[in-house]
Amino acid sequence: MKARGLVLTVLIAASVVCFGKADGSWLKKVPQSDRVRVNPYADNAEAVKVGANLFTNNCAKCHGENAEGKGSRPSLQSERVKDATDGELAWLLKNGNIYKGMPGWSGLPEQQRWQIVAYVRSLNSQGKAGHP
Amino acid sequence: MLSQLCRLVRFVSMRRAILLFLPAVLVPGFHKAEAQQEQPYFVTYSSQLEEPGNLEIENQNVAASPANANAFFAPTMEFEYGATAWWTAEIYLQGQATANDSAIFTGFRLESRFRVLPSDHWINPVLYVEYEDVNEADKSFLEIVGNDTISGLEVPNAILREEIERSMEGKLILSSNVKGWNISENFIAEKAVTGAEPWEFGYSLGVSRPLTLTASSKSCVFCRQSFAFGGEMFGGLGTSQGFGVGQTQQYLAPLVAMSVPHNLTFKFSPEFGLNDNSAGVLWKFGATYEIEQFRDWFRRKQ
Repeated sequence: MKARGLVLTVLIAASVVCFGKADGSWLKKVPQSDRVRVNPYADNAEAVKVGANLFTNNCAKCHGENAEGKGSRPSLQSERVKDATDGELAWLLKNGNIYKGMPGWSGLPEQQRWQIVAYVRSLNSQGKAGHP
Repeated sequence: MLSQLCRLVRFVSMRRAILLFLPAVLVPGFHKAEAQQEQPYFVTYSSQLEEPGNLEIENQNVAASPANANAFFAPTMEFEYGATAWWTAEIYLQGQATANDSAIFTGFRLESRFRVLPSDHWINPVLYVEYEDVNEADKSFLEIVGNDTISGLEVPNAILREEIERSMEGKLILSSNVKGWNISENFIAEKAVTGAEPWEFGYSLGVSRPLTLTASSKSCVFCRQSFAFGGEMFGGLGTSQGFGVGQTQQYLAPLVAMSVPHNLTFKFSPEFGLNDNSAGVLWKFGATYEIEQFRDWFRRKQ
């Protein structure tokens, strides 16, 4: 009986760890030095265009063609993304949030990650940029 | 070397070459531009795991014409699934065909890779655990462990296939991404589940980089962003009874990979043997196809 309870607890814990919903808790993990980083491609129209292409190739399969979200995978046209700095978004893209299902994209060159940030920022154009 | 190459080309018939393009033939209905550049390694693993929900199908082939042995061609099919963002599971199915001998299925491997640290660091460890059930006729050269030498290739398949080795293997994968370069180191330890064989060790080291770090807004096939290049070195490190690199195979290889639309990547590498225990050159080539969000096929539409 005790063993069954233990197995059940482990299964529930595992499902929470494996399939937990994005809740923005990653924002607390971003170091201050990353938070204030400035996107070298900020307000660069060409970078937004390239970022859109990179987004379609790498991100749209989970977040939707227009970043509207898909199933349990969050929309990137949201208040949370709008309020995040470019540095915070770049940190998330590089490190991921692996226990919530978001893989890290450190294998993608940094320039391309910034181009994706520029595109996501353009979707939430009222957002704030990081300040050094 | 030229005559060996000619011998090899004659051996690898058109029918076998079609295997290279099998993933493309199997899945013609998907139209997507190329995604994150695949690393060009054949032996070395980086910390890059499969994205959650994606299924990658890879056909990896090796062909060689070693001195004192018949030319051979060994294809391996790999099915790699991203179970979560920190766990990738994989199954390998292997076979080989040897000139003037036979074509046989040599076995399978089940493997899992686990990302250890939740965020990116200057060096990223990944743990790799594998169960393998392959016979001694295996010529896939997916790795070299122990005191494995090329002399085993002279023995006919009928004898080799009778000896089946079941073993557990662990790898420590260390990987760094620095200014667009990926640098990866793998340390391998393998122990037969049956029999009293000692621990066997091996290694592989790899360095790679995309040809350009910036992307273009246009989708193209022969532009710089489609290519990655690099090199890898791998070989055995002996056993727990005799550690060292001298008694086993060692290889050094330049690598090139090309990603094209439809989520396809082609890879090629000539692997050069560095000592008398190694084949002169192993020709490796492969194709990878990624099915995005494969798990959505089994989910109810929302």
